[in-house]
Amino acid sequence: MKGTNIGEFEELVLLTIAALMNDAYSVAICDELEKSTGRSAKLGVVHAVLNRLEEKGLVKSKLGEATSTRGGKRKRFYTITNGGKAALIKSKELRDELWNKIPDLVLKRI
Amino acid sequence: MKARNTIGPPKWARALLRWYCRPDLVEDLEGDLNEYFERNLKSKGATVSKFIYAIDVLKFCRPYTLRKPNFYDLLLQWIMINSSLKLSTRIILRNKLFSSINIFGLGVSMSVGLLLIGLLSDMNSYDEFHENHDRIYRIVTTYKYLDQDENDFASTSLRAGKAIEESVPGIDKMAVLYRGFEGDLKSGEKVVPLTGLWASESFFSMFTFPMISGDPVTALREPFSIVLTEKSAKKFFGDDEALGKTILYPGEKENNQYIVTGVIKDVPSFSHVKFDVLASISTREITMKGEKWEMVWDNVWNAYVYLLVPEKTDLQNLQASLNDISTKENKTVKNKLISLSLQPLGEIAMGEDLNNSIGPVMGSSNVWMIGVLSVIVILSACFNYTNLSIARSFRRSREIGIRKVVGALRFHVIAQFVVEAVVIALCALVFAFALFVIIKPYFFSLNDQYRDMLLLDVSAKMVVYFILLSIVVGIVAGCLPAILFSRVNAIQVLKNISSIRGFRNVTMRKALIVAQFTISMMFIAATIIGYKHYKQVLAFDLGFDTENILNIRLFGKNKAHLLSKELREMPEVKHVSTSLMITSLGSYWGTNVKYSNPQDSAFVNYNLIDEHYLALHGHKLLAGRNFKSKPLDAGETEVIVNEGMLKRFNIANNDPQMAIGEFITMDRKELQIIGVVKDFQYGKSIDNEIEEFMFRYSAKGEYLNVKVLSSDWPVTLKKIEIAWKKIDDVHPLEATFYDEQIERSYSDFSSRIKTIGALAFLAICIASIGLFGMVVFTTETRLKEISIRKVLGAGERKLVFLLSKSFLLLLAISATIALPFTHFFFAKYVLSEYADKAPIAWTELLVGTAAVITIAFAMIGAHTLQAARSNPAEVLKNE
Repeated sequence: MKGTNIGEFEELVLLTIAALMNDAYSVAICDELEKSTGRSAKLGVVHAVLNRLEEKGLVKSKLGEATSTRGGKRKRFYTITNGGKAALIKSKELRDELWNKIPDLVLKRI
Repeated sequence: MKARNTIGPPKWARALLRWYCRPDLVEDLEGDLNEYFERNLKSKGATVSKFIYAIDVLKFCRPYTLRKPNFYDLLLQWIMINSSLKLSTRIILRNKLFSSINIFGLGVSMSVGLLLIGLLSDMNSYDEFHENHDRIYRIVTTYKYLDQDENDFASTSLRAGKAIEESVPGIDKMAVLYRGFEGDLKSGEKVVPLTGLWASESFFSMFTFPMISGDPVTALREPFSIVLTEKSAKKFFGDDEALGKTILYPGEKENNQYIVTGVIKDVPSFSHVKFDVLASISTREITMKGEKWEMVWDNVWNAYVYLLVPEKTDLQNLQASLNDISTKENKTVKNKLISLSLQPLGEIAMGEDLNNSIGPVMGSSNVWMIGVLSVIVILSACFNYTNLSIARSFRRSREIGIRKVVGALRFHVIAQFVVEAVVIALCALVFAFALFVIIKPYFFSLNDQYRDMLLLDVSAKMVVYFILLSIVVGIVAGCLPAILFSRVNAIQVLKNISSIRGFRNVTMRKALIVAQFTISMMFIAATIIGYKHYKQVLAFDLGFDTENILNIRLFGKNKAHLLSKELREMPEVKHVSTSLMITSLGSYWGTNVKYSNPQDSAFVNYNLIDEHYLALHGHKLLAGRNFKSKPLDAGETEVIVNEGMLKRFNIANNDPQMAIGEFITMDRKELQIIGVVKDFQYGKSIDNEIEEFMFRYSAKGEYLNVKVLSSDWPVTLKKIEIAWKKIDDVHPLEATFYDEQIERSYSDFSSRIKTIGALAFLAICIASIGLFGMVVFTTETRLKEISIRKVLGAGERKLVFLLSKSFLLLLAISATIALPFTHFFFAKYVLSEYADKAPIAWTELLVGTAAVITIAFAMIGAHTLQAARSNPAEVLKNE
């Protein structure tokens, strides 16, 4: 376990996996990320992040059923582990905490 | 499965991915890429999506996707290689006939390949010892007079060198060489004949010739400086210090003392320029002062200019500046177009054979010829291997079936067969190397050029190339059988072996045999045609007599009459004359001649002869008289011309009788025509166009022509040598028979014929032995059939015919391809340039074919007869 600190892109990927529920495999995650963030997500990058998250134990994966698309190759579906959930919650809490520290005044003035 | 029919991602990229990617990641990764590919296919088209796929594959190559090297795999591969090697040795040993035929064939052909490698590696190491060898260029000249053909010269003019120095920027250094510094150099009492060059000061800073004593920077700066090689210094001064000593050079116009300013190591053998001695070119500024000819633009015959350019020089730019110089300077000469171009130092030794080349040159056409022919011979030996391997397929297909059942992939089978072929090729290499050592001296004797230019010493680099060659040969020979064998269907082979009788590639095997024999026949036909042509050229009627004439080269001045007096006293010597040059050998002397019309001038070749020359050589005078003896210093007044000369200037309406007494002008002299000789061959006989020509008179010649009649040649020659020694004890006697000189002037031609002949012999050997192997194989498999036929009453002759029928057919096909092709090739390309229009007779071609067929037939006949004579009872008993 490398601890539960995660980067911004890792967080986005984790959230997307959670949002996609049972359909979270690499290409779908890419598409979803592109749709929601509006920036292009390269497959190679997403793949690397997924691999890293799995190493950290934040997600787990398993191969799905073979289909006739994708040249007969199976998809690898990702699901969030408890550790992943904890990491997401922790980072959300951290943000909320910081948000709460900002007096209303400051934001209004900008 | 349906993906096969549609457009898929690039195969190589997929294979690469599968190769490098970790096994647990590869499936979904490939799937992802496939999905993207299909998506791209719809929106962007096939090419773009294939490209993206390939890029993605490369991009996915990251540390976390990489497969970890597996110790187990490596071990396994090692074991597999070992097992292939072991198996190959066993198979080679098991079938000794097959192996020895292949090792012999491949070995013989590869020995030619080794010669080629040696030749190429020697030629490529020419001039590599110069530190700046890749930045040095030579200026070469193209010369065109009026509308005559362009001629390329390795030499250029001193003027060009000067112009480049003055007007072309961006050149590091320039060195100028000037040929003709040769003669009998004298120091004290020692006289040593040496040949060398004049060289400019920068010579030693451009070229790398290490200096033993003296300062390379200044050695050639001062006029009258001389630099000796170690060897020539030893000839003069022994072990004494040479530096600072004086040497007398008796030049044509000078007799000057030179001071030795340096001694260099001997010129390496792989140098395109060879010399015993160098003199400072600044000397010529003094000795040639006032000679207009020295610095004119069209004196392109003697100087060599080399440039050292900085790295990354734009050669086109440089060429443009050279062109500018030519345009400017061409205005200073009449009727001549001279242009300059650059030749890299590395291409001098093995480049085009330029006129006036400074050292020996191996024409690249020669190298190409040897190259192409030896590749053909090697391929022919590879065909043998392929043929025999496939012929034996029947025996080995079961082995392959079992291999496949046990789990061998197609790749493994291919590897096994290729390894086998490579092992055989490596065995052949040993044989080839032994042959290489044996044939090396014969190769040198093919052509004087080879002896002069090549060493063919084996170096480590060459050994590497040798091994590479044998591996390549092995792969070429083995790839076809390997691919065919790997296609074997395991189930079919194991279930019912008799159902597949070998492969169905009989046509291909036949095609290979036909190809081999076609090549052999073409080779031998080429040899015979070439040889016959060569004989024709030698026997060509030159228009004068060359028999029993010994030409002796003279050195120095005024010795001719002494020697000729000496020779005349010998009873064997019938006649002695002198001449400037020897005609019909391909050398030319000429000058511009005018007749009545001052606007009409022609370049006419001539020879300087004395009064005995015409009679000695049997030239026929059509009109007028011979020269009369004149003292050396008498002015020139008379000339004898040939019929062509009358025709060219239309002198006296081509009437020899009337032409006597006419005057022609040359070299600012008016000469009277006193005789007309019958036309004869002045140039080489294959050039064969008789042009205008004249004999001029001079009592001092460069050659003595001695007509000798002797019953004991060695004794006579010895006597002549003793006479020579009395007159000249510095130079060795250079005496050659005229006929021999003519033969020698065609040495290039004859060496080509010899080369092709030797290769033809090899090609026939290889093809025949391959055929022999095939015959042995087929008779072996049909032995039972033969026995049964015999039992049923077939005669021996019938059986032999039955067995050799198919092979004879193949030979016939080869002949029908080879004959017309060779005839066409020779008539159209090779001999079309030779002027004596001896047509290529079909008889020669037929003789060649007959020879090949006879050899092949002997091979077939001997074995089939043996098979036909075998006792049927023996064969059938051992079922």
